[in-house]
Amino acid sequence: MTADSAALPLHGRLTGGGARGGAAPLADPPVMIGRPSYGELTSQLLRPITVASRWHLRLLALTGIGTLGLFAALTYTAIAGIGVWGVSVPVAWAFAITNFVWWIGIGHAGTFISAILLLFSSQWRTSINRVAEGMTLFAVMQAGLFPLFHLGRPWFFYWLIPYPSTMNVWPNFRSALPWDAAAVSTYFTVSFLFWYMGLVPDLAVARDASAQRWRRQIYGLFALGWRGSARDWSHYRVIYGLLAGLATPLVVSVHTVVSMDFATSQLPGWHSPMFPPYFVAGAIYSGFAMVLTLVIPIRRIFGLYNVVTERHLENMAKMLLCTGWIVTYSYIIEIFCAWYSGDRFERYVHLVSRPFGTYAFFVWLQFFCNCAVVQVFWSKRARRNPLILFVAALLINVGMWLERFNLIVTSLQRDFLPSSWGIYVPTPIDGAIFFGTLSFFLFLFLLFLRVVPFIPISELKELRHALGEADRRNGEQVHA
Amino acid sequence: MPSAWMLAEFDAPERILEAAVELRARGYARIEAFTPHAVPELEAALGIRRSWVPRIVLAGGATGAAFAFLLQWWLNGVNYPLNVGARPLFSAPAFIPITFETTVLFAALTAFVSWLAVTRLPTLNHSLLDVEAFNSVSIDRFWLAIKSSDEHYDRGRTTAELRELGALRVLLTPELEQ
Repeated sequence: MTADSAALPLHGRLTGGGARGGAAPLADPPVMIGRPSYGELTSQLLRPITVASRWHLRLLALTGIGTLGLFAALTYTAIAGIGVWGVSVPVAWAFAITNFVWWIGIGHAGTFISAILLLFSSQWRTSINRVAEGMTLFAVMQAGLFPLFHLGRPWFFYWLIPYPSTMNVWPNFRSALPWDAAAVSTYFTVSFLFWYMGLVPDLAVARDASAQRWRRQIYGLFALGWRGSARDWSHYRVIYGLLAGLATPLVVSVHTVVSMDFATSQLPGWHSPMFPPYFVAGAIYSGFAMVLTLVIPIRRIFGLYNVVTERHLENMAKMLLCTGWIVTYSYIIEIFCAWYSGDRFERYVHLVSRPFGTYAFFVWLQFFCNCAVVQVFWSKRARRNPLILFVAALLINVGMWLERFNLIVTSLQRDFLPSSWGIYVPTPIDGAIFFGTLSFFLFLFLLFLRVVPFIPISELKELRHALGEADRRNGEQVHA
Repeated sequence: MPSAWMLAEFDAPERILEAAVELRARGYARIEAFTPHAVPELEAALGIRRSWVPRIVLAGGATGAAFAFLLQWWLNGVNYPLNVGARPLFSAPAFIPITFETTVLFAALTAFVSWLAVTRLPTLNHSLLDVEAFNSVSIDRFWLAIKSSDEHYDRGRTTAELRELGALRVLLTPELEQ
């Protein structure tokens, strides 16, 4: 039995400590390499926010320019109207809704890692959860822009909220669109609270470890005066666990509601009761791909090999393989059901217009990226190879974007009557907005890496303590 | 003097745990421990009961559920009946998604606000934050604090007891030093 093989409870935060029996297979790499002292962990994990590297500032400037481009494109859209996008009848939903679904799907892995894996006491969650949560927040922010600007008159967004207006009109809650507004805003709020609450003890670390007075004051302000008394921790553990429990059904509900935007319509290719699970699996799939896309470079640049180990990478690769197969299975069932239903319109969309129609190239590219690429992770060597993981994750990101694009556009462009068929071609503004949100996302993410401890310090200390206890117990067993 | 404390620094969770158990056995009642990460055993040793916040959160969630459901029923079913394809005006299944989301939203907000309330955050001017050495509490040290209002508290004796239990150093908060 190796030192790390004892399965530990997730940390006292939730379970109340005490080791649990059971051993993981010998071959598993550890979740932490070496046994750094608390002081070493603190200084290692605070270094990225105390020392600015030149590339970091340069990338911030670059993505900042991209963000300005996004704002310019959005302003133009708001002034000129959404006709500047390629959307028209019949394809009235295209890039914007594709981007919305893609970004919001990416957010799901953050909540999955931070909430569901917390409840399942998975140790390998600990060092990557905050990066994943930050990714969630920033991805949901991008997602929120699209429905907002798709309104055409974004300044009237508050009409979705039931407030007593002089118009005496209320929103129609039997439509899926108000559900969407409720789901996305709740998701953002709860994710934010969860992220911030997890951050407070680490902001206190940043406050106490900072040498400069202004840093102490700023971190001290956001740390709210956290002192870490046993009483504070006892409430903290319970409430953090509660927030995790509350965030967990959100992982499932948000994309379920998003899928209902499509499933409640009658359009061939959209009108399907299997959309909710299919969308949720796809969301977690794309989210893990994005976490890997971000974590692999961060691990290398900041030299975090000791806390983000091969175990983390391998487990995420396994998640990709698992959710990738759920997505593949969904594709198969979707096509089978279209054929089995006997409905000629469903059959036409799934069996003719998608695989052989206008966008056939993108449909096959989607199948390649989402179904074929992930099969490489049957190999343990591939699961532990950062380069293979990174490339595969990028391809999966592309594939998942294409999935949403194909789903939305091919269904709209070939509906019931051939007389109303059409085609969709994106405009440069569509492209500018999509790449603009990528820039904005990276900008926020780089800022996050620069100003807050992005690897949870107090949780890693707790993990370190638990591992030390396990080492000692194993040592006693050996000597006994 | 509400927050006059004697502070003792320890270098490991095991040591502070032993000290806390021993001091409680000797009759000290007003003890508090400060640690860089959660040490659940310490909470048990200090006799801290499990947080009662979940009950408030349940109430918050239930309020959210009732609020959202009744609101939708009233707005779409009674106050502004909107006939869409002759579907029922009060269609409970269609109201579930928003009811669910609001339940979670209210529960989460209640949890967060109760957390701030029960742990009295934000308190940016706590006197412990003025003790320079106490900064190590969030980094790698474990501090035990005894209130000067404790029945057993005696400056000389308590200091000796803490040292004997392995405290690296013993300090007083500014109020006590005067």
